[in-house]
Amino acid sequence: METVVIRSLEPLIAELRARGFAVVAPTTRDKVIRMGEIASESELPRGCGDEQEPGRYRLREGDDEMLFGFAASPDSAKRYTQPPSRTLFRMRGESIEEPEAEVPRVALLGVRACDLAALAVQDRVFLGGRHPDPDYRRRREALFLVAVNCAVPGGTCFCVSMGTGPKATAGYDLALTELAGPHRFVAEPGSACGAEILGALPRVPAANADLDAAEEVSRTAAEHMGRRVDTEGIKERVAGAHDSPRWQQVASRCLTCANCTMVCPTCFCTTVEDSTDLTEGAAERIERWDSCFTLGFTEVGGAPVRGSGAARYRQWLTHKFSTWFDQFGTSGCVGCGRCITWCPVGIDVTEELANLP
Amino acid sequence: MTAETRRPPAGRDEPRLVRTGSDMQVRPMTPELYRVRSRRADRVDTVTLQLVPVHGECPPYRPGQFTMLYAPGVGEVPMSISGWARSGGYVHTIRAVGAVSGALCGKRPGDVVGVRGPYGTWWDIPAAAGMDVVVVAGGLGLAPLRPLVRELVRELVRHRSRYGRISVIAGTRTPATLVYGRELARWSGLGVDVQVTVDHPDHAWKGPVGLVTRLLDRIVFEPRRTFAFVCGPETMMRATADDLVARGVAARRVELSLERNMKCGLGWCGHCQLGPLFVCLDGPVLSYERASRLLAVEEL
Ligand SMILES: Cc1cc2nc3c(=O)[nH]c(=O)nc-3n(C[C@H](O)[C@H](O)[C@H](O)COP(=O)(O)OP(=O)(O)OC[C@H]3O[C@@H](n4cnc5c(N)ncnc54)[C@H](O)[C@@H]3O)c2cc1C
Ligand code: SF4
Ligand code: SF4
Ligand code: FES
Repeated sequence: METVVIRSLEPLIAELRARGFAVVAPTTRDKVIRMGEIASESELPRGCGDEQEPGRYRLREGDDEMLFGFAASPDSAKRYTQPPSRTLFRMRGESIEEPEAEVPRVALLGVRACDLAALAVQDRVFLGGRHPDPDYRRRREALFLVAVNCAVPGGTCFCVSMGTGPKATAGYDLALTELAGPHRFVAEPGSACGAEILGALPRVPAANADLDAAEEVSRTAAEHMGRRVDTEGIKERVAGAHDSPRWQQVASRCLTCANCTMVCPTCFCTTVEDSTDLTEGAAERIERWDSCFTLGFTEVGGAPVRGSGAARYRQWLTHKFSTWFDQFGTSGCVGCGRCITWCPVGIDVTEELANLP
Repeated sequence: MTAETRRPPAGRDEPRLVRTGSDMQVRPMTPELYRVRSRRADRVDTVTLQLVPVHGECPPYRPGQFTMLYAPGVGEVPMSISGWARSGGYVHTIRAVGAVSGALCGKRPGDVVGVRGPYGTWWDIPAAAGMDVVVVAGGLGLAPLRPLVRELVRELVRHRSRYGRISVIAGTRTPATLVYGRELARWSGLGVDVQVTVDHPDHAWKGPVGLVTRLLDRIVFEPRRTFAFVCGPETMMRATADDLVARGVAARRVELSLERNMKCGLGWCGHCQLGPLFVCLDGPVLSYERASRLLAVEEL
């Protein structure tokens, strides 16, 4: 099925809901764009833009017609593929019960190119190794992905440097490019399922002028990256910098708060927690997101391997830009800029990379 | 790598995914239940348990591999497999150092624990054929080395050993903290050169005192035709490996077993990373050729 133009997202939202999907899309909550379930197009943040700089996030008024005039929000798709916490099993007496894996039928509307790239990275982590995670696979396969090509990149974005955006090229069911004057979307199917759904919507074939306008959106976005990284030889350069004095300098600012790893769409680390219910005599084991910035993360024999903040920052940056290639054959960073925006002291990974020898 | 090819077109009536019995076994974070068959207190703080599966069979393991042992309600920790229980299960020798190991040490025959695994790499025993074998253990480092030595001794007993001289050096804090003392004596009687050294002797102790590396002078091996297996505290392993390499043993023929924080054993939780390695997948057994560069970086 070829590329088409749709006037409104209302029929798409209705069609997805009719097929049993919860439609999860950007909404404004506490002056931040957050992903939340919507029932209608009117719940999308119309006319809303954002300002993102190191340690800074503000919503501002944008172009009043536009529904997606902002960049990455703190919520990525990770929340739906790898829930922040999940019960692994319960043990009662001599039997183990596994709770039915929660596989929400979610359609994510407004996924950006960097987040699609992050999903492909997560696929390698959880499906590409010796021990594929069956629950991850179920959640991943149940997702319906409606990508939106970025028109207004944020001040901390560098997807162009990482080769992941701003235009979505793979891994979506539908890709939309929002156009103004008149307000409309160029819609392109990326899967059989996407084509089927698109086929059920009111639409007109895309004219050459629409396709050109859509190309122009991505071209302009690519020219407005807030940040850049020189990726030439980056894996070797970072690996060779383990004794750089720079780690000490950044550690003097770093609070080891783990915000960067929590907002990162590819960070996958977890820990487990055990508890017992004394009245019922049942034991429970929970898995939840963890971060290499926590002190206990590497504890062995009563002491952490990475005791200093410098060693923990080095682990994070080295993992993202160097050892991830060794482990998974790809960069661990997709250039979404979240870790820069949401760092409370504004540490900028692109600046740290530029300052390494 | 995208999900789109695998997903059928979505429809309203698509059934919810329902778990089935066979499905359950492929969830790698769920332990299998094992029953404590026997318990032997080796020392005040160390216990050897024989664990047999409550249902089904115990998967085979190779010397050097570990399991994730779960003390119900308390937690789960990595433990080397120290042997094969006669009735088809694993032997684990556990030192009580904290909550989980303490709870495991408190288990009695009939109690139930959880087991996942076996996981990780193993000692490359076939690569040692035709060579002198040097085994060096510090403290409980003997736990993952025991099944390896037993394999070598099995061949000695049958007079069909493919190896040269076999030496075992065991270091321990005090004579009272030595594990597998009787077994060390048995190996000695069967032709293994067994040397034991202590950090703090008591008045009855007549043997050597000090670091395990000192004992490398006492054993006989041809460095260029030697394979070494080392396990113990990291500083002890590095000192031993450096010493062996300085004597002419190839770094690729010195294997260590590393200890790191582990929450999954599967390459999922990220805790065990050492530079590019996941110690749970790429280790715990690694050649010194691979490990030395990484271990030399502080706080890696
Ligand atoms: C691959 C692998 C194989 C292992 N094999 C064995 C084995 O065969 N037998 C065995 O007994 N252990 C083995 N261990 C170590 C074992 O996993 C730890 O002792 C265990 O995780 C401690 O957990 P805990 O909850 O009991 O203690 P924690 O609650 O984690 O620690 C409590 C306190 O105990 C002390 N402590 C913790 N760990 C150690 C340690 N290793 N040495 C000294 N003090 C410590 C510290 O003071 C710490 O604060 C192995 C570890 C790995 C990675
Ligand atoms: S490291 Fe930062 S910029 Fe890169 S993917 Fe993670 S959050 Fe985004
Ligand atoms: S950067 Fe840290 S938290 Fe993120 S995946 Fe790597 S080790 Fe885990
Ligand atoms: S123990 Fe979890 S990744 Fe190695």
